[in-house]
Amino acid sequence: MLALSTAQTLQLNDQGQLRHYLSIDGLSRELLTEILDTADSFLEVGARSVKKVPLLRGMTVCNVFFENSTRTRTTFELAAKRLSADVINLDISTSSTSKGESLFDTLRNLEAMAADMFVVRHGDSGAAHFIAEHVCPDVAVINAGDGRHSHPTQGMLDMLTIRRHKGDFSGLSVAIVGDILHSRVARSDMLALRTLGCTDIRVIAPKSLIPVGIEQYGVRVFHDLAAGLKDVDVVIMLRLQKERMQGGLLPSEGEFFRLYGLTQQRLALAKPDALVMHPGPINRGVEIESAVADGAQSVILNQVTYGIAIRMAVLAMAMSGQKTQRQLDQDSEV
Amino acid sequence: MSQTLPTPAELIPALAAELTAHLATRGVTQPKFVGIRTGGVWVAQALLTEMGHDVATLGTLDVSFYRDDFTQNGLHPQVQPSALPFDIEGQHLVLIDDVLMSGRTIRAALNELFDYGRPASVTLVTLIELDARELPIRADVTALRLSLPADQRVKLRGPQPLSLELRQLGAVTD
Amino acid sequence: MRMTLKGARVIDPASQLDQHVSVHLQDGHILALGNAPTGFTAERMLDCSGLVIAPGLVDLSCALREPGFGRKGNIASETLAAAAGGTTSLCCPPFTRPALDTPAVAELILDRAREAGHAKVFPLGALSKGLAGEQLSELVSLRDAGCVAFTNGLSQFRNTRVLRRALEYAATFDLTVVFVSQDHDLADGGLAHEGPTAAFLGLPGIPETAETVALARDLLLVEQTGVRAHFSQLTSARGVEMIAQAQARGLPVTADVALYQLILTDEALNSFSGLYHVQPPLRSNADRQALREAVRAGVVQAIASHHQPHEGDVKRAPFGATEPGISSAELFLPLAMTLVQDGLLELPELLKRLSLGPAQAMRLSAGKLGVGEAADLVIFDPQATTLAGEQWFSKGENCPFHGHCLPSTVRYTLVDGHISFQR
Repeated sequence: MLALSTAQTLQLNDQGQLRHYLSIDGLSRELLTEILDTADSFLEVGARSVKKVPLLRGMTVCNVFFENSTRTRTTFELAAKRLSADVINLDISTSSTSKGESLFDTLRNLEAMAADMFVVRHGDSGAAHFIAEHVCPDVAVINAGDGRHSHPTQGMLDMLTIRRHKGDFSGLSVAIVGDILHSRVARSDMLALRTLGCTDIRVIAPKSLIPVGIEQYGVRVFHDLAAGLKDVDVVIMLRLQKERMQGGLLPSEGEFFRLYGLTQQRLALAKPDALVMHPGPINRGVEIESAVADGAQSVILNQVTYGIAIRMAVLAMAMSGQKTQRQLDQDSEV
Repeated sequence: MSQTLPTPAELIPALAAELTAHLATRGVTQPKFVGIRTGGVWVAQALLTEMGHDVATLGTLDVSFYRDDFTQNGLHPQVQPSALPFDIEGQHLVLIDDVLMSGRTIRAALNELFDYGRPASVTLVTLIELDARELPIRADVTALRLSLPADQRVKLRGPQPLSLELRQLGAVTD
Repeated sequence: MRMTLKGARVIDPASQLDQHVSVHLQDGHILALGNAPTGFTAERMLDCSGLVIAPGLVDLSCALREPGFGRKGNIASETLAAAAGGTTSLCCPPFTRPALDTPAVAELILDRAREAGHAKVFPLGALSKGLAGEQLSELVSLRDAGCVAFTNGLSQFRNTRVLRRALEYAATFDLTVVFVSQDHDLADGGLAHEGPTAAFLGLPGIPETAETVALARDLLLVEQTGVRAHFSQLTSARGVEMIAQAQARGLPVTADVALYQLILTDEALNSFSGLYHVQPPLRSNADRQALREAVRAGVVQAIASHHQPHEGDVKRAPFGATEPGISSAELFLPLAMTLVQDGLLELPELLKRLSLGPAQAMRLSAGKLGVGEAADLVIFDPQATTLAGEQWFSKGENCPFHGHCLPSTVRYTLVDGHISFQR
């Protein structure tokens, strides 16, 4: 007797289009490709003198951030504004939870203000699923990061970065280096890479930063950076949080850099044209040395640009799928 | 289908001739050509070839982000980037589409064009103009004016070869 | 009140009785089985054709939430729910507010339970004051007030030395200590079984070693101190293996599992539903299989509901923000009957794990259906089904089984010969 799993179907409407964007899990290769294609079109919009299209004119996007993140919130805000939506930013970490209002009530209130879309970041894994399933299923919910679980726009902006620089995923070797255990970016990247046909995904970290059951992602685990970097096409470095030095996961930033920090010398083990990526903000001298972060192979700043296009794409697609679903529901009532 | 339509191959030379005459009348010497994806681009390519212009100079527009039916129909799943290989500021543009019906696509295309800059003029060319306008937009140059029953549509198929077909509304489309 | 129950299959695991006989009740006791004694005339005759009569179920852990948590449940509502599940005797854990660490709280609970009259309540006292693990509760006074055993639940002792002293003191007075073995540090911050599911969902894991490390320590301390011990809510294959080894060494320890642990696995968390958030956590399918096998083999003598009712609000949140626990006391028998349906246990064996086994573990006189015993009975229809949630007496809105069609339905529950529940 098992629960009916709704997590995978929750984000698609009856026609298989995106209506919420919660996780890479359960999305087909075709759908991920559609997101990348749509983002390509939005990238072109970003290069015009008027960087704005009227697609979401008159609609309201609420950025509801229960965890502080200026960067992610800003790129979502920019994406929504370039789609001509009205944007409201709510930094809940400093407002209503201190008054004891629950997540449930906070979002119900926003829904009553006729918000069309929620962009949610929350410290609890599954928070975006919870909102999409139980709080406001008729509002398109975009996951901007939930606990350790998922950061699907970061995942897809990483894919857009790789596709624009490398073309296809099938022959690529991609290494993800650092704190896999706590990283929602790593989880989203592993799922997206696999779905898009990448067959050589490597994760590189000490055992204390690798989750139990990592094999399910179809990745190879390396504990030695040099071995893991050998001939890879893409290196994705993860941010190391300072608090990891507490709970005995690592002795020090210094020792981590000595063993797993990306230096010019180590990068030379990868293919000569290997890309260096990082979700930011970077800790110079902890996971990556400045010469690499600012070097010719680094596409870290391109990722930021692509991130806006990816966010425009999923905002537009989810809004579209949600509208279609509402239409379908209305038609079936008649 | 009672009505048989001419082939685009039969219509293009006349369209080219009329456009050349039109541009001459207006004193436009260095026009920039822009096709609206997908059918408009095919017509534009045929037209440029007929007129002896380099097809590579053609700009393409995908108006998906500018459509006014997003709330009804959602986003087109195969949206592609628009690509204008020239600066449109102060230029005389020739905007090309396959079929002018309601005028809504042209409205969206004009809005999109103006987000690239301020052209000196825009001339609208369509292969076919239907008597079904919903907006005050007319083609400057067209090869064929048609009047269809409310439940019929005309569709351009392509790219090689181009052909026109009549469709009954409600019939299965692809 | 003199009553005769006619036509049922009567099962008593204690005497290995399993046959169609009449049961005659008088003054709250079982007067006779089979033919009525001469001169006996029943005031009430209950036709039980097609039904099974068995000792009322004994639930070793059923949170009543009173005093202190009125929004989650109260003694009247939760004992009625238990009666609807076929339970006639239950132990309530000491996690009340204030904690059950004084005779006053024990007396309050017992008074209200008597008033409600739906089931016999046997409180478990807090082993330490306020469950803080610092200072012992007045264990003997609590025993005298009616506590049948003592536990600190998942709350840790300040250190192992304090725990050892507590066990020695309990052993002095032959008190039973109930362990919920989970290493606080290894489990700290954890929300789900550490395995592929938790990794995929990004939920902090609770490793199997959180149970086994604590269990190893606790078993050694039990051996050293000689305290009478019961291990509650085992979750892992390795855990029940360690209990089996201890029993094989001659250590007289008993054990129970939560019924939901025999049914669900951590894969139920895939939808992020907080309804499946329990502590200790749902573990892997291999663990579930091992728990079922341990129940079958008798290493685990008791199955308990571990009923923990909650108001809807505390589950209406992202998984990590929900409070752990499942409300399922009133589905106790039907849910347990799935084990018979699955072919794991014969019906008499199952009933033994639900009545005699737990009663013996807590040294309760309950769980027997013999002449002279209290008329604490469950009468159920094994062929009928129960649609979970169709009726609901618990205040707990946190039941993941709602909507499921479960085997058997409880027709009557009798406590001391009185019908405490019928449908």
